[in-house]
Amino acid sequence: MFSYVPIFALFLLAGGFAVFSIIAGSLTGPKRYNRAKYDAYECGIEPTPQPVGGGRFPVKYYLTAMLFIVFDIEIIFLYPWAVAYADMGVFGLVEMVLFIVTVFIAYVYVWRRGGLEWD
Amino acid sequence: MTGLGYAMTPVLAAAPLSPPTHRDIWWLIIIKTLAIFAFLVLATLFMIWAERRVVARMQQRIGPNRVGPFGLLQSLADGLKLALKEDIVPAMADKAVYILAPVISAIPAFMAFAVIPFGPTVSIAGHHTNLQLTDLPVAVLFVLAMSSLGVYGIVLAGWSSGSPYPLLGGVRSAAQVVSYEIAMGLSFVGVFLYAGSLSTSQIVAAQAHRWGILWAAISFAVYAIAMVGETNRAPFDLPEGETEIVGGFHTEYTSLKFALFYLAEYINMVTVSALMTTLFLGGWRAPWPISLWSEANVGWWPLLWFLIKLGIVLFVFIWLRGTLPRFRYDQFMQLGWKVLIPVNLLWILAEAAIRVVNVSNWRTWVIPIVVLAALLILGSFIADVVQRRSEERMQMPRVGPALVPNPDSPYPVPALGPATHPPLAATVAAREGASGESHSDVRTEGDGRA
Repeated sequence: MFSYVPIFALFLLAGGFAVFSIIAGSLTGPKRYNRAKYDAYECGIEPTPQPVGGGRFPVKYYLTAMLFIVFDIEIIFLYPWAVAYADMGVFGLVEMVLFIVTVFIAYVYVWRRGGLEWD
Repeated sequence: MTGLGYAMTPVLAAAPLSPPTHRDIWWLIIIKTLAIFAFLVLATLFMIWAERRVVARMQQRIGPNRVGPFGLLQSLADGLKLALKEDIVPAMADKAVYILAPVISAIPAFMAFAVIPFGPTVSIAGHHTNLQLTDLPVAVLFVLAMSSLGVYGIVLAGWSSGSPYPLLGGVRSAAQVVSYEIAMGLSFVGVFLYAGSLSTSQIVAAQAHRWGILWAAISFAVYAIAMVGETNRAPFDLPEGETEIVGGFHTEYTSLKFALFYLAEYINMVTVSALMTTLFLGGWRAPWPISLWSEANVGWWPLLWFLIKLGIVLFVFIWLRGTLPRFRYDQFMQLGWKVLIPVNLLWILAEAAIRVVNVSNWRTWVIPIVVLAALLILGSFIADVVQRRSEERMQMPRVGPALVPNPDSPYPVPALGPATHPPLAATVAAREGASGESHSDVRTEGDGRA
């Protein structure tokens, strides 16, 4: 665990710097009230009314997030295999081919169903 | 566990085993932490200046040259100017999250650099220490984790601003980063296959004789593309596409909060470049002609080689920005999901198969043939999909029939493309004819008023 101590030190330093910047920024700048400044910036036109909570976004992004999780898990399984590959040889290769093909079938399915299209 | 793989051990043995993790004394940790922090801040200031100067030269301009020698202090002056600007929290913003987002974005950017090795063991005031803040056994995984955490800052900034452009920019950014993170994560596998370790120092050690770029050329190419997508830089700077969504997720940010996002972006750029140097370009090891010199890889010299390589990679970032136009979003996502990922998976299997062939006896030749067959089947899958899609595209225009502008509609329908757009004059004439009333007075406005 000792090797994580320097990371914690860097975390404290970076966090301190970020918080300091935010506080400093709010103190050093001028404060001249003008209602228009606090409107959403939409290139000068009247801002569109926003629903509470910041609005919604296309469901497409949700699909991307789900696909990301699928492949991220695949990566998590690939890393230990890649590191221990030297000790497993042919056995490891066959196992990994089976695993990658399994995930790949799902991938081809998503592709065929248009899950990777953006338009 | 056939045991055949044990023939691989000579390759691993070539990499010197890492010294037993010796603990640095507390003041060494503090010095190294401060050094990394200072390095990142200075690198950011320098990069902003260098980018403006180099892009200016590429566009036949001079660039900033007023503040300090060669304009070197320009970014510092800009930072000070930002500090003196008003700190605005928009009325619609979710205040707590809005203020927290830049912090969430900046901290992981700094932390990821902790595992990058700058050089071998050196002696500082009689103490031997690695030129690396900490030598984690899972260093590369740590970098990936930090870059994932950075996404929270982006998406929360976009969401909490309470404004449409930042929201769009935030989700675009997040989708982009996670998509290219897969390509990036997969490209690391090619490196681990030859290095046999996730630790950055051991990966550098494994490149003593041959750089990763030679071992894993395809992985290198994929990583080179993915790192640009991951850092939202041109030509993949869609989340900040000025012409579409203003500044993207940081549109509403001002003052030092904006500066923090800017800082995080540039630090991320330095980090992915340093990671590329470490994984593929031999890390701090001297390049070939210099490496013949016996002193090249000891002491403080490696720091210089590392910085030179880092500088070259960073220059490529600037070069890309000066050269390439921005991608369209669907093309960009297509590149990530439909090209980089399958290419990467095939390459991983191919590299693994090659390694097996190299170390096994004749009987195991059967296995690579099986793998090759599997690759061919996968490839034909892709080819089939691609072919069908292109056929569909040939048969059907991209714009569906419901979206074709309707000349009978009383409402103006946006033009969807030159192919489907009826001539404007004909539409106007048809409408005027139908209403039985001339609008010519609108066009000759001056006459009407006179």
